[in-house]
Amino acid sequence: MCHQTVGLVTRHLEANGLPTVVFGCARDIVEHCGVPRFVFSDFPLGNPCGKPFEPAMQRAIVEIGLDLLERAVAPGTTVVAPYEWDPDTSWKDKVFTAAQPFLDEAATARWLRRKESHREASRP
Amino acid sequence: MSHVRYMDKTREYYRSLGYETPYRWAHFDEIPFTRLAKPLSECRVAVVTTSEVVLRDAPGSPDDLAREVYSLPADVPVERLASRKESYDRYATTLDDVDSYLPLTRLRELATKGRVGSLAPRFHVVYSEYSQRKTVEVDAAEILRRCREDGADAALLVAV
Repeated sequence: MCHQTVGLVTRHLEANGLPTVVFGCARDIVEHCGVPRFVFSDFPLGNPCGKPFEPAMQRAIVEIGLDLLERAVAPGTTVVAPYEWDPDTSWKDKVFTAAQPFLDEAATARWLRRKESHREASRP
Repeated sequence: MSHVRYMDKTREYYRSLGYETPYRWAHFDEIPFTRLAKPLSECRVAVVTTSEVVLRDAPGSPDDLAREVYSLPADVPVERLASRKESYDRYATTLDDVDSYLPLTRLRELATKGRVGSLAPRFHVVYSEYSQRKTVEVDAAEILRRCREDGADAALLVAV
């Protein structure tokens, strides 16, 4: 949802005259939404601006975004950050599986309450 | 290996939990585009995050009951910030380093070097919502208002 939220906000800012760049790790959601400029890091959800405690990588990724702000000539431009999370890519297979519930029980219950309240509010 | 297809993954995941109706992810054919009006080295840059960071030592940190956009000073040392975000890949990584998802220190360094003009005086936190309508009509409008109030010339948005 975060990536969609950022996509919707960035579109609103851009449509109202503010140039934007998005950093994220869920490429499909951002590109499905459609944003002007996007720096994609092929990392687990959580660290789109570089690995924790690796300031050189973080600086490089932020600079990719700044370059994109200056140089993109058309909307929908994605740049892929040239970093790998880990040679072992098994984290990708485990995302959203029964073995690794995305949210813990309490967080899932909160999310479901919000979802139900949205559905209630949307009913005619 | 190619990137994770989160829309497919979540569809299957929630179907396995008994939710048959798939979520309709936001999609638009047209994408807005605005060029920078001046060199980046003269721009004031705003930052927007979904990380739900709060000040560690401020008892008055905003709670999440209303789930409204809030802002915090952009010059706060990141050591004073902590994320309350629950939806990230808690098996593969952590949110212990704020600069890995809210790059305030990196941006301050780049501003010192003159790569950007300055950082806007506050950054903005937006909650991730199931309701796309709430995000667009309420939250995005509020973030635009705050960015304009701060005189921002460009914005960096980071999704956790």
